[in-house]
Amino acid sequence: MSNPYVPILFLLALGFVFAAGSVFTSLVVGPKRYNRAKSEPYECGIQPSPRAEGGGRVPIKYFLTAMLFIIFDIESVFLYPFAVAFDQLGLFALVEMVMFIITVFVAYAYVWKRGGLEWD
Amino acid sequence: MTAALTALPTAFEAVKVDYAAVGPMLVVVAAALIGVLVEAFAPRLLRHTIQVVLTLTALVVAFVVLVLVSVDHHGVTVGGSIVIDGPALFMQGSLLIFAVLGILTMSERFGGRSADAFTPMGAATPGSPAEAAADRAGYATSEAFPLTMFAVFGMLMFVSANDLITMFVALEVLSLPLYVLTGLARRRRLLSQEASLKYFLLGAFSSAFFLFGAALLYGYAGSSDLSKIASAITTANGDLEGLLLPGVVLTLVGLLFKIGAVPFHSWTPDAYQGAPSPVTGFMAAATKLAAFGAILRLAYVGLEASRLEWRLGVAAIAVLTMVVGAVLSVTQTDIKRLLAYSSVAHAGFILVGVLAFDRTGVSGVMFYLVAYGLATIAAFAIVALVRSGGSEATHLSQWAGLGRKHPVLAGIFALLLLAFAGIPLTSGFTAKFAAFAPAIAHGGLAGVVMVVVGVLASAVTAFVYFRLIVLMYFTEPTGDDVAALTPSIASTIAITVGALGTVILGIVPGPILDLAGRVSQFIQ
Repeated sequence: MSNPYVPILFLLALGFVFAAGSVFTSLVVGPKRYNRAKSEPYECGIQPSPRAEGGGRVPIKYFLTAMLFIIFDIESVFLYPFAVAFDQLGLFALVEMVMFIITVFVAYAYVWKRGGLEWD
Repeated sequence: MTAALTALPTAFEAVKVDYAAVGPMLVVVAAALIGVLVEAFAPRLLRHTIQVVLTLTALVVAFVVLVLVSVDHHGVTVGGSIVIDGPALFMQGSLLIFAVLGILTMSERFGGRSADAFTPMGAATPGSPAEAAADRAGYATSEAFPLTMFAVFGMLMFVSANDLITMFVALEVLSLPLYVLTGLARRRRLLSQEASLKYFLLGAFSSAFFLFGAALLYGYAGSSDLSKIASAITTANGDLEGLLLPGVVLTLVGLLFKIGAVPFHSWTPDAYQGAPSPVTGFMAAATKLAAFGAILRLAYVGLEASRLEWRLGVAAIAVLTMVVGAVLSVTQTDIKRLLAYSSVAHAGFILVGVLAFDRTGVSGVMFYLVAYGLATIAAFAIVALVRSGGSEATHLSQWAGLGRKHPVLAGIFALLLLAFAGIPLTSGFTAKFAAFAPAIAHGGLAGVVMVVVGVLASAVTAFVYFRLIVLMYFTEPTGDDVAALTPSIASTIAITVGALGTVILGIVPGPILDLAGRVSQFIQ
């Protein structure tokens, strides 16, 4: 155990065992009710093949939703470590975090006012 | 390894920020954010005016702040990621001036309701009913102004970035808005979108190169800080030595892409042709300056001690860039592509100055960038004026006889072409002299070879420019309905400043050369 990378190897093996085990377990114990949707690559969503007529354009709404998700995802990525270490970070980090959230909300306000949240 | 992991600091220590020193950047990014809010909340018909006033005011305020802090705020700040020194201040000031001129040309409306260069609705399919309806309804992509401000913010950060991570973030902040701006041309939408996509894909590719190189340099030096990389090179740490050269090469590839050096230039003609002409002018002037600022800092602060290992390679790239840029500009039939290849050749000329590795090289490069940028913004502003049937007449044959129809405009354009060619009494001559002289004095044999190639390449490009002047003045008009629109006060100011700058830097270059010489010392 002298090498600090050994735990990472263990984690890798654990991940592999978990993935393979889940697939195997669901094969054995899972209910089997087959229908058409079950045999498609995605049960919900857009089929990538065969190519749809008109080039298979995806509505821009999906893209906007994905972008919004990323914006707030990234926000929480930064908020978590900030919240965990809040007591020792002090006023400086609080101010920086508020500035960060303001910039995120500028983007949000733009999307909202320009109709990015209306589905139809 | 375990020792390195446990050595991480446990207590949090707030970084010291000299807010005045980064003031210009803060002003610009604040204006960009307010610009986004304007797009969200202001009535549509007022947006153009509000954006133009807001961006120009912010740029002037940023310039004033820059001048004020330039007196006594030199040094490293924001935890060592930003350095405010002479070259950074000089280039930030030049960038702000370019940005003012760029915004002025972008705001050109020709009496219409929205900026003439930008599409009413970028997301609409080119030629679709939705696009026509958006045009009739008076939609406008006034987002172009906040986008430009974000790009300017990235450029200001790029020239003052003191570590590789900050440099990479700045690179992305300046690039992403430019990719979008490239795709917003009002006319020839498909060409514009194609240009945008090409620029984005190749730009993302080059960013990956830069990032990989930065990772290798971090692995080599144990820090992404440029001065720490420099000291790691001088102390030479044995078994990691193999990481240095690949790291240097990959980071330089990422930066050479941005300046359009051969063989990383293939995006330049397409992006320059497809982008709205005012954006092309701004991009050519400001991106080039910012990228050369970063190259100078990386080469002079971070990697100078290892220069013998990579200098000849970059010298070969400089030679290749000059030759390919000059030769291919001869074969161009489109004015924007011609200017694009000429900008490739100019990137080669500037690289010659960079490789001098002397303070005079830094000042020569900075002077060249200012001279080239002023002329370029004015040249593309003129390209935007020459129209045939509503769209820009970019084919060279359409420029035949322009000097008879519009003597003043063609005269100014001819002056700018003379400057590009490096004719005495224009800024181009002084600039080439300022960039080439240090290469002769300090560059050794490679420097002399580069300068010889540079002079020969200049002669080739001069042929291209003279042919264009002959075309404008001594050729019969083709009978096409080519005519120049009357520019508004905004474009007129931009063209006038560019032309005056070209003449003044050619006849009395002293003050700016002195200034560039005095501020050419990097903080190591």
